[in-house]
Amino acid sequence: MKKEHPGAPLLRMDRIPHIWCPTCGIGTTLNCLISALSASKLDLDKVSVVSGIGCTGRGAGYIKLDSFHVTHGRAIPFATGLKLANPKLKVIVFSGDGDIIAIGGNHFIHAARRNIDIVVICVNNFNYAMTGGQVGPTTPLTANATTMPFGNYEKPFNLPYLAESSGAVYVTRWTALHIRRLTGAISETLNKKGFSFIEVISPCSTIYARRNKLGDGLSLMKFYHDNSEIKHGANTRDVNIEFQKKIVVGKFVDIEKPTFLEARDEHYRRVLGEKYQPYGGIG
Amino acid sequence: MKADPKGVLTGSHYLDGDHACCEGALAAGCRFVAGYPITPSTEVVERFSARIPRVGGIFIQMEDELSSSIAILGASWAGVKSMTVTSGPGFSLMMEHIGLAVMLETPCVYVDVQRGGPSTGLPTLPSQADMMQARWGSHGDYEVIAISPSSPQECFDMTIDAFNLSEQYRTPVFLMMDECVGHMTEKVVIPPADKIEVTPRRYTKLPPGKYLPYKPDRDLVPPIVKAGDGYRFHVTGLTHNEKGYPVMSADCQETLVHRLVDKIRVNAKKIIRYEEEKINGADVIVVSYGITARVAQQAIELARKDGVKVGSLRLVVVWPFPEKRIRELAGKTKAFVVPEMNYGQIVFEVERCAAGRAATFLVPHGGGTTHNPEDIYKKIMEAAG
Repeated sequence: MKKEHPGAPLLRMDRIPHIWCPTCGIGTTLNCLISALSASKLDLDKVSVVSGIGCTGRGAGYIKLDSFHVTHGRAIPFATGLKLANPKLKVIVFSGDGDIIAIGGNHFIHAARRNIDIVVICVNNFNYAMTGGQVGPTTPLTANATTMPFGNYEKPFNLPYLAESSGAVYVTRWTALHIRRLTGAISETLNKKGFSFIEVISPCSTIYARRNKLGDGLSLMKFYHDNSEIKHGANTRDVNIEFQKKIVVGKFVDIEKPTFLEARDEHYRRVLGEKYQPYGGIG
Repeated sequence: MKADPKGVLTGSHYLDGDHACCEGALAAGCRFVAGYPITPSTEVVERFSARIPRVGGIFIQMEDELSSSIAILGASWAGVKSMTVTSGPGFSLMMEHIGLAVMLETPCVYVDVQRGGPSTGLPTLPSQADMMQARWGSHGDYEVIAISPSSPQECFDMTIDAFNLSEQYRTPVFLMMDECVGHMTEKVVIPPADKIEVTPRRYTKLPPGKYLPYKPDRDLVPPIVKAGDGYRFHVTGLTHNEKGYPVMSADCQETLVHRLVDKIRVNAKKIIRYEEEKINGADVIVVSYGITARVAQQAIELARKDGVKVGSLRLVVVWPFPEKRIRELAGKTKAFVVPEMNYGQIVFEVERCAAGRAATFLVPHGGGTTHNPEDIYKKIMEAAG
């Protein structure tokens, strides 16, 4: 009997095999998203996935939902337009660290500040993998990259700290091998209102691991997992990542705050009274 | 389909072009605007931000023009007519998503209230120097539709036309205003909603499973869907097949890009619009657009008083360019005179189509103010020989 992949109902099987390298963490992350969606009570016809460019950016192309593969760094503003124009949709951004934090960094902080009601899943593999391993804003100090051939001397961003200080209402970090916990975190964000941020530490087996002599992808995936320390509620100031050191994971932020649309609605009801025409999208 | 009366401010108004453009968008059914402040276009979004909470819809001031120009694409895929508004420096930043809008075949409107450039240039003063940028500014091969209004009334009317064309052809449409029409205040008559035609979105009639996002109709335009309707479709900025899936091959590139280009070229006859006056027997034809067409009118009248047979061809739709008409006229007239607020853009199109059968004269102007009609008059006299 031919066995089907358990995620098949939500995968575009006519696009498999995917482009990701063996032991890359993006596939496991996408699997966690699919598990969380399958287990949720959401109407999946009303769920959209938006990706930018890069290895993780291919995620939108494999998930069998309304899915948008847009420009580099701009998945968040596309998702913003989609969500505001039809507030009934659940909108998930699935993209990489270079896409969301470097070229898209400005959109990231502003969407968090406005508390746009979207879920942002950011797979962090510490480098630009699709273009061959260049340094990024998440590359740890001293790690080697093709454009930092003598090791990185630029201080990286601490993503949970950036997300929290920009205004995110839910901030969590797991590694790509924390399957159950990552799936659980995604499930929570599917029922959460506001800007939710999930950082997933993923091995880049072909480029980053090889260039930095960190063994094969599976060993690195296991290394990240085994060297992580679960500290729920940790101060996000203290969760920066150093090269091949301990990684603090867990749920750091989970608060309630009016979303962009809730704040807008409440404000206009108050100042415009009956003249205000509430907007709930079309169709 | 008739306009939704909720957005239509029927009556006779005294409006500048920016405000008239906003009212045109509302009348056309635009319910989502994302923008970033930039002179001389800001009044469009200021008015929209004040009007939309009382009409029902969304305005969001984004962090920059990169995000504004893609937020409207997200909104359009939610099924909502959307627009962004900018001027030169912002228009440069938007080129990225003009390409994406073309590639995803997303109906939407980009308004450029042109100011003097390059770079920061003349923020408060006019030019017509973005005409080629509208045509070629994003990378890769594509065709666009661009309209050039010459009065506040036309800013209203042609914003509606821009939305209608974007829905008809599933393509971004440019409204190429300039600071002069943007800030000029004149009478604008807004008709009752039932007198305003709006083109509805061309949704597919096929059920999920049967529908292919990029399988075109006979006019080369594929019917569309919106997010949330159960189609579970995929769209990508990568070269893609009819299913919307990426295919990295020369064959797929040829099929897709050829259709994207032909979608406009084959339908050009239906899109092109120009106004002619006293063309028959003219020795000189003035080809102009936007505010410059109004300035040229005085020069034309002066030359006629001197006995010169001058005709006028005003481009209303600038892209696609009326190649066929210019070719026809080139065989009949001695010369074309092309005044524009730049150092030569549309004149090259005229020259190309004239192909040496009629002389072509540019009346250049660096922007900052409109032409002096005297300069256009002199060129007409020179062209008349």
